[in-house]
Amino acid sequence: MPNRIGVYVCHCGTNIAGKVDSPGVAEFARSLPGVVVSRDYKFMCSDPGQDMIIEDIRNHGVNRVVVASCSPRLHEKTFQKACARAGLNPFHFQMTCIREHVSWVTRDPQEATRKAKHLVAAAVARVHWHEDLYSRKERVHPDVLVVGGGIAGIQAALDVARSGHRVHLVERAPSIGGHMAQFDKTFPTLDCAACISTPKMVAVAQDPNIHLLTWSEVTKVEGFVGNYTVTVHKKPRYVDEDRCTGCGLCLEKCPTKVVSEFEEGLTSRRAIYRYSPQSVPSIPVIDPEHCRTLTGKKCGACQKLCPSGAIDYGQTAQDFELEVGSIILATGFDTLDPAPMTQYGYGRYPEVYTSLQFERMNNAVGPTGGRILMKDGQPPRSVAILHCVGSRDVNHHEYCSRVCCMYALKYDHLIKDKVGHATRVYNFYIDLRCFGKGYEEFLRRVQEEDVTFIRGRPAEVVQEDGRLVVVAEDTLAGIPVRVPVDMVVLCTAMQPRADAAETARVFGISQGQDGFFLEEHPKLGPVSTATDGIFLAGTCQAPRDIPDAVAHASGAAAQALALAARGTVEISPTVSTIDPDICTGCRACVGLCAYSAIEFDARRGVAVVNQAMCKGCGSCAGHCPSGAARVRHFNGRQVFAELEGLLEALPQPPTPRPGADTEPPAAKA
Amino acid sequence: MSQFEPTIVAFVCNWCTYTAADLAGTSRMLQPYNVKLIRMMCTGMVDPKYIIRALLSGADAVLVSGCHPGDCHYINGNYKARRRVKLLQEMLAQFGIDQRRLKLTWIGASEGNDFARTVAELVEEIRALGPNEARAVATL
Repeated sequence: MPNRIGVYVCHCGTNIAGKVDSPGVAEFARSLPGVVVSRDYKFMCSDPGQDMIIEDIRNHGVNRVVVASCSPRLHEKTFQKACARAGLNPFHFQMTCIREHVSWVTRDPQEATRKAKHLVAAAVARVHWHEDLYSRKERVHPDVLVVGGGIAGIQAALDVARSGHRVHLVERAPSIGGHMAQFDKTFPTLDCAACISTPKMVAVAQDPNIHLLTWSEVTKVEGFVGNYTVTVHKKPRYVDEDRCTGCGLCLEKCPTKVVSEFEEGLTSRRAIYRYSPQSVPSIPVIDPEHCRTLTGKKCGACQKLCPSGAIDYGQTAQDFELEVGSIILATGFDTLDPAPMTQYGYGRYPEVYTSLQFERMNNAVGPTGGRILMKDGQPPRSVAILHCVGSRDVNHHEYCSRVCCMYALKYDHLIKDKVGHATRVYNFYIDLRCFGKGYEEFLRRVQEEDVTFIRGRPAEVVQEDGRLVVVAEDTLAGIPVRVPVDMVVLCTAMQPRADAAETARVFGISQGQDGFFLEEHPKLGPVSTATDGIFLAGTCQAPRDIPDAVAHASGAAAQALALAARGTVEISPTVSTIDPDICTGCRACVGLCAYSAIEFDARRGVAVVNQAMCKGCGSCAGHCPSGAARVRHFNGRQVFAELEGLLEALPQPPTPRPGADTEPPAAKA
Repeated sequence: MSQFEPTIVAFVCNWCTYTAADLAGTSRMLQPYNVKLIRMMCTGMVDPKYIIRALLSGADAVLVSGCHPGDCHYINGNYKARRRVKLLQEMLAQFGIDQRRLKLTWIGASEGNDFARTVAELVEEIRALGPNEARAVATL
């Protein structure tokens, strides 16, 4: 049967038709070989638009479809499904982008129309060579992996577990809880962070469907959507998890003191320590870098004291594999280290704190027992809170960290509440962004508590006569100000984890320009990634507050469950094949394949592709000296046809070579 | 004498540079119209034959653009492209085609501005270079 091609040119309202003469492009397409129908329409992706295609396939014998509209990354699947509904193999479809790549980026309407015609000609030339391809179905492993045990990871794990599916929750710290476990109160309701997060942490530990792996990291991910094999590295705790009762006796006599990470350096912990007072699990861990016994010195105090004999200095790391169908990444954020911003004096002046340190100071189980005190044990009479430290700053992070305004307001309230109403509180802000539910109301409440707001990013914090002075410009009044205070709190930016690039590599996903993990679509796909079966939850994708992180995590859990509930997934047939009649058996492809999907069949003397392992990258096809290796849907004939369609459709105007005497011959018409 | 307008074909990978081109479009970053994209799944599947054919069929330059080193969606396809392009550039010179007519770049999915800038700079460079030497040969 000869190819009967239908071409459909979209207007996208005025998005395309505002620049590109869509009816003109459709008319041009009619002249291309094999085209029997060519139409233009306001919105091809709408129901009437899709019906137009279906109707032509059913009643006009169209057996190849070309749509010229937005990016195929947006609507290729939409139109492939429409073709399938009409009974046409969805791979007999080609989409070309005349919106993102033409109408939105070209100044001159004539040139835009010409470029659109080139692209349509290329798509028509290519679609001639499309072949019948059929997706294969694969089973989806029902288990889900959640990486990161902060509030987002906890929420995702609980949601998945509640459905009856098994969850592996991997956390690299000795306890789950994440940053939320460090907080004291939460804005705007001022309920205590521990009161709302510890029940969830305990629920994780008690849920029979959740396999909790703390002090562990994912080191390798193999496989594809529905069938991932994940290697987990479990670091040695040096405490037998089965024997330990969590009594805490061992913590008391340890002679080694180490700066506490959980307390943000405000106080110390022992070499054997419980990550936080509400650790889940409550089993301590020995820090091998500081423990006397593990560094070869004489001690063994904890081993002598432990009533259940749980201390095991000989414990070693374990690596094991997990089989899962999908993965939720909830690896969280780091806070910016303000020490390099020397103008604010962090690390130099003892009374300059980061927001997380201030958070610990407010916490009832923190270093000061929840009292706001300076290093000399006295409460401050005045506090300056510097917003946007490292956020909205071209030298650090251009983005807004989204939470600082609100927690700064929370600090305002807590200082007034704990230290006394007479305490002066100064906020140095750029804009107050109180966008969430109940946030604006909270701002109003704090404003009424006699807090001072100065609009302007401080230039520096200096020390004069033993007191800190914040130097800034009040940009509303247009005057320079020097505010003497006892204490300074820096609202440091949320930033991607220091090892986010390494994590992205392990899981095969990308980072955005800001370093956070890149979502599939900024608006309509904020949870999924470009890699099928890998989802994002919480602040690993962008700065978020707690309600947004929890909502995002539930979204990721729903995505993972959708895969698990369906039980099967369609795998694209666009993988590689090697034609045994052409293959010379040189084995170049065997070494090139990054997935070890090509094996050499010694009996026949040819290379063979294992289609279940092939991802369709085409490394073999790009190299094969004999042309035996081909990627389905991206084979040589198809690419050559597209190329020639692109270059031959319209004659280029004869262009004189600058400086040349003679006219070069016109390009091929 | 009207200005020479080159025709440039770009083989770009679906995961990074094609996505960056989409982002450049969504962000309305105006670009010269001369560069036309051919979407590949990975730069590692760009057979040198495609590039040669493009240069012999009227393209004044070819751009191959993929994910940054280490970011390849298929582990290391971009490294394979880098080797092939390097070798091909050496060969092109021997056939009298300026090496600058074949360019390899890495443009990540979030770098729409990089894409628009690369396209603009390439067009400028090829405009200065003039029409492809191979065009005359191919049409003889």
